[in-house]
Amino acid sequence: MKARAVDRVLPASAGVGGVGIVRRQWLWLAAPLLAVLLPWLAYDWTTGRHSGFVVMMLSQIGMMIIFALSYNMQMGQAGLLSFGHAVFLGLGGYCTAHALNAIKARGLWIPVEILPLVGGVGGLLFAIVFGYVATKQRATAFAMITLGIGELVTAAALMFRTFFGGEGGISTNRMIGASLVGASYGSPLHVYYLVVAWTAVASALMLYLTRTPLGRMANACRDNFERAQFVGYDPRIVRFLQFSLSGFFAGIAGGLYALTYEIVTFDAVAAPLSANALLMTYIGGVAAFGGPILGAVLVVLLQSWVSLLSNSWLVYVGALFILMVTFAPGGIAGLLGMHQPLWRAGRLRRLIPSYVLLLLPALITVIGFVLTIELCSFLTIGSAQGKTFTIRGLTLDPNTARPWVVAGALLLLGGLWLWREAIRFRRVWERLMDDLALPGAKR
Amino acid sequence: MMNLRRSPSIVFTIALCIVLSASPALAQGTIKIMYTDPLSGPFAQVGDQNLKQFKYILDYINGKGGALGKKFEIVAFDNKSQPSEALLALKSATDQNMPIIMQCSGSNIAAALIDGVDKHNERNPTNRIVYVNCGAVATELTNEKCSFWHYRMDAHVGMKAETMVRALPKDITRIYLLNQDYLFGQSVQHDVKAFLAKLRPDVKIVGDELIPLGKIKDFSPYVTKIKAAGAQALLTGNWGPDMTLLIKAGMDAGLDVRYYTMYAHLGGGATAIGPGGNGKVRSVMPFHENIAVETKKADTEEWTRSFRAAHNFDFYAAGFRTIFEFIQAAMNKAGSADPLKVAQALEGMTITDMLGYQVTMRKEDHQILSEYFVGVFTKGVKYDSEGTGLGWKTEVTVPAKELAQPTTCNMKRPTS
Amino acid sequence: MEVVLVSSLNGLVYGMLLFMLASGLTLIFSMMGVLNFAHASLYMLGAYFAYDVSRTIGFWPALVVAPVMCGLVGAVVEVYGLRRVHKNGHIAELLFTFGVAFIIDKAVQMIWGLLPVPYRVPSALDFTLFTVYGTNFHAYRAFMLLISAGMFVAIWLLLTRTRIGLVIQAALTHPEMVGALGHNVPRVFTIVFVGGAMLAGLAGVIGGNYLVTEPSMAFTMGPIVFVVVVFGGLGSLAGCFVASLIMGLVQTFAVVFDVSLATVLAGVGLAVTPATPFAEFLTIPLPRIGALLPYLMLVLILLFKPRGLMGTRDT
Repeated sequence: MKARAVDRVLPASAGVGGVGIVRRQWLWLAAPLLAVLLPWLAYDWTTGRHSGFVVMMLSQIGMMIIFALSYNMQMGQAGLLSFGHAVFLGLGGYCTAHALNAIKARGLWIPVEILPLVGGVGGLLFAIVFGYVATKQRATAFAMITLGIGELVTAAALMFRTFFGGEGGISTNRMIGASLVGASYGSPLHVYYLVVAWTAVASALMLYLTRTPLGRMANACRDNFERAQFVGYDPRIVRFLQFSLSGFFAGIAGGLYALTYEIVTFDAVAAPLSANALLMTYIGGVAAFGGPILGAVLVVLLQSWVSLLSNSWLVYVGALFILMVTFAPGGIAGLLGMHQPLWRAGRLRRLIPSYVLLLLPALITVIGFVLTIELCSFLTIGSAQGKTFTIRGLTLDPNTARPWVVAGALLLLGGLWLWREAIRFRRVWERLMDDLALPGAKR
Repeated sequence: MMNLRRSPSIVFTIALCIVLSASPALAQGTIKIMYTDPLSGPFAQVGDQNLKQFKYILDYINGKGGALGKKFEIVAFDNKSQPSEALLALKSATDQNMPIIMQCSGSNIAAALIDGVDKHNERNPTNRIVYVNCGAVATELTNEKCSFWHYRMDAHVGMKAETMVRALPKDITRIYLLNQDYLFGQSVQHDVKAFLAKLRPDVKIVGDELIPLGKIKDFSPYVTKIKAAGAQALLTGNWGPDMTLLIKAGMDAGLDVRYYTMYAHLGGGATAIGPGGNGKVRSVMPFHENIAVETKKADTEEWTRSFRAAHNFDFYAAGFRTIFEFIQAAMNKAGSADPLKVAQALEGMTITDMLGYQVTMRKEDHQILSEYFVGVFTKGVKYDSEGTGLGWKTEVTVPAKELAQPTTCNMKRPTS
Repeated sequence: MEVVLVSSLNGLVYGMLLFMLASGLTLIFSMMGVLNFAHASLYMLGAYFAYDVSRTIGFWPALVVAPVMCGLVGAVVEVYGLRRVHKNGHIAELLFTFGVAFIIDKAVQMIWGLLPVPYRVPSALDFTLFTVYGTNFHAYRAFMLLISAGMFVAIWLLLTRTRIGLVIQAALTHPEMVGALGHNVPRVFTIVFVGGAMLAGLAGVIGGNYLVTEPSMAFTMGPIVFVVVVFGGLGSLAGCFVASLIMGLVQTFAVVFDVSLATVLAGVGLAVTPATPFAEFLTIPLPRIGALLPYLMLVLILLFKPRGLMGTRDT
C-alpha cells in the first residue's frame, strides 16, 4: 500500500518496492548486454566489418542518453528549464580533449577509460561557477539566465583561441596506448563499448540520485516551492546542488563526445545542442526516469537517419512536437505509463485489437502526409538538385496532378478513418479503465 | 512501473532493421562521391545550390566519358552545419567504399574531416578515402593542419587576401578593415595586414574592427566610424548578413568608399546589394559568368549560359568543373579508383581549365594554384546577376604563379 | 559631440526596430506566459508577404495587408493549436511554438526558395532626409522611427483607453481574477495572440527591406528579441520600450568607445602584456563584444531584479 502511494506522488522514483526491484534487476542487466550486441546487427558479412555509420550513430545515442538524463535532472526532477545545458557538455569535452593532448605530450599513463571523468569534473566545476549565478533565480528568470550564459559561452568559444581553438576547435587522438582493458581504441567499436559502459554507470548513478534526499527535495521544490521551504532545506541550495551534479553528468557526455569524434568545436556548446536536450527529454517524457532515454534514441534516429531520406525532416520533427505536446504532454514514457494499470491487471491484451484497427488508418494518414510534404519540397527544391522522385523504383512526377491527388486522398481519407477509429479506441479505453475501478478487479 | 529500459532496445532493433533494409545498394558502374554540406536549416541554400551546380557539371563530365569507363555520381549527406554529422557522413562514405568525400562550407567541419579522414585511413588501410575540400578556406588547413589525404580546391584565405591587396589601385591609400570575430575573420585581418605591409607599404590602415559573428543587425555606428576615419576603401572577409547589411548600411548613409569583399558574388549577394551598388562593390572570386565573354571562350560561355537559362541563380560555382576535371584526369592517369593511387596521381598535376588557364595542384601542401579575379559589380555587362541588371566585370586578374605562397606543411606520405 | 549625436540617432533607430519586434512578443509573453518561439518566424512571414504584395499591388497597401495575413496565421495557430496545449503547461506551449517555427521556416523555404528575395525600400522613400556631420540619414529610417513610435502610441491608447484594452491590461497581471469576473479570457488570449502576430508582421514589413529578406532571418533575429522582452519585464509595455532603447543605445555606443579592460588597468598603472595570464581576455576592446552586452545585461538584471526592469509579475 505504501509503495502505491509513493508511486503516485513521486513518479520519478521509477518503482520503489522490494518485489519490483528484484523482478527488474535482470532487465537492467539485459539492456546493456543488448546494447553491446547491437552493432552485430549491422555487420557486413561480405567485407567483414561493422557499419561505421551505425556504430557511430549508436555511440551518439549513448552520449545523448547521458546528456538527456542529466538534463532531466534539472527539468523533470527539479523543475528547472535550462536553455544552455550544452555549455557543460561542450566545456567537459574541451577539458577532456586538452587532457588527452597533455597526457600524450607528457607520456603519462592514464587509461582512456577514466577520461570521461575528466570531462565530468570539468562540467562540474563550470556548473558550480555558472550555477551559482543561475540558481539565484528560478522559473523564467532562470531560463533566461541560462540562455544568456549559453550565448556568451558560444561567442567566447569562437573568439578565444587558446582554450577553444577558434573555429577549427581542439582536435585530439584517443589512441594514447593506455587502457585498463588493453584496448587500443583504434576501432569505433571499442569506443562504442566504452560509451555503453559509461552510459550504464552514469544512468545507474543518476537513478540512485533520484532516491537520495537531494533528489526527493528537488522534486519537492519543483512541486511546491513555498511548502518545500518549510521542511527546512533552502531551495536555492537544493537547486544549486542539482544543477551542479547535472553539469557533472553532462560533462561526462562531453568527455565521450571528445573520445568519439576526436574533435571538439564550438558546436558542442551552441544553442542547437541545448535545444536538442530539451526536445529529447520532453519527447521521451519528463515524469519517468527512463523517459529521456527513449527521447534520446528517437531524436538521434530522426536527426541522423530520417534526414538522410528527406531534407524536410525538420517538418516531420515539428509535426511530431506539435502532436506530442497537444495529445501526449507526458511524452512517450507518459503514453506507455498510461497502460500500466491495465498491464498490472493483466488486461492489456484486450487493447490489442483496438490498436490493430488503429494501425492501418494511421499508416495511411502518415504516408499521405509524408507524400504531400515531399511533393511540395520536391517541386521547389528537390527537382533541380537532379533527383527524380522515386520510391522503391516507382517514379513519380510532381508536375502532374496524379501524385498530388493520391497524396491528398490518402491524407484526407486516412485522416477521417483515423478519426473514427480513434473515437472507437477511446470508448474501449474508457470502458477498460472503468472496469478496473470496479471492486474486485485485480490491481 | 513498467520497465522502460527494455523499450529503447526494442526501438533500436526495429529501427536498425529498417536502416539496413534502406541502405542503398552499391550501384555497379558508377563512381560515387560523397558530398556533405548543410542541406536543411538556416544555411540550406549552400548545399542546395551546390548540388544543382554539381548535377549540371557532372552531366558534362559524364558526357565526356567520366573516368575509367564509368560515370560519376554524387551522394548527398546533410551535415546540418555540425562537425559530428560530417563525421557520420564520412563513416557512411567509407561503409560504401566511396573513394572521395567532398565538402565546401565551414572550416570547422573541414578541420573535423581532415582529422577524421587521417585517423580513419591510418587505422583502416584497406578502406581509405580522399577528402576534396571545395571551399573551406582557413589557411592552416594546408599549413599546420595539412594532410596527404586532403586536397584543397579553392584559394585559401592568405591567397584571397593577397589578391585583394593586389587589386587596390594606386590612388587608394587609406583603408578600413572590418571582419568577423572568429578564426576565419581573424585570419583575414591578419593576412591582409601582412600583405599590405609587404606589397603596399604606402597604404595606411585607418581602422581595424572585429565584430561578433552573425549578431550585428545595425551597422550604422560602424559606418559612422569608417566615415570619421576618412577611409577610401573597406576591406572585409564578411559573408552572409554580416556582409550584406554592412554594405547596405554604407550605401544608405552615403558612404563614399570602395567595398572589397570575398563573398559578394555568392548566391544572394547581388540581390541584397541591389542596383544601388553600381560600381562600388568588388569581390575576390575564382569565376564569374562574364570572364568567358572577356577571354572569348565561346563554348564555355555557351555552357554557363545554358545553366542560367534553367535556373534562377547564377552559375557562380562553375569553377567546380575544374575540380571534377582534376578527379577525372587523376583517376584515368592512375588507372583505378583506389584512393591511394588517385591521391598520388592527383598531387602535382596540372590541367588547363575551361577559361584557358593552367591550374596546378601543388604537391607540397595539396593546395590548388589557379588564377584569381577581382570583379566589380556594375552595369553594362553581358550576363547580369540574379535579375538585378548589374553583373560582375573583371577589374584585376592575378595570375596563379603570383599567388603561390610558401607553406609550412610537412605531410606524412603513405607508401602503400 | 558629433559622435554622441550621430550615435544617439543610430541607437535610437536600432532600438525602435527592436521595439517593433519585441512589442508583440511582450504582449503574448506577459499575457499567456508563452515564450513564443514562432514570433521571429511570423516576422519573417510578414516580410515575405510584404514582398509579394508590394510586387503586385504596392508597398503602402502591403503595410496593412501583410500584418493582417500574419494575424490570420496567428489566429489559426492559436485557436486550433495553442488553446489546446494551454492546459499542458508552459513547456508544452513553448515546444508547440518551436514546432510551429520549424514548419513556418520550412514552408517559407519551399514557397519562396532558399535565396534572399529582392524586397526593397520603395522608391518614394529612397532618398536622404538630412545630413548630420557628413553622414546621410536615410529617409526610410525616419519612416521606421515614425511607424515604431506610432505603434507604441497606438498600443498604449488601445490598452488604456478602450474597454478591451483595460481587460487585456488586467489579464496581463491577474489572468485568473479577470476570468473570475466573467470575461471571456480565452477570447482575450486569442485577440492578444493575433495582435502580437500582427505586430510581428508589421515589423517584418518595415524591417524586411531595411535588412535582408531571406529564410534565415528568423533564426538570426530570434535571441535578441527574447533578451529585450525579458529585460524589459513581464507585464509592462513601457518596460519593453525602455529596454529596446537601452539595448539599441548600448550596442551603438559600445562600437564607438575603443576601450578594453587592459586600457582601464593601464589607467591605474598595471600594464598588460601578451605574457599576462588571460591577456587574450583583457585586451578585448569594447566594440568586439558590443553585440554580446545585451546578454550580459540580461544575466545581471535577472540576478538582482528577476522580474526584469519594469516587470509587474512573474509567470
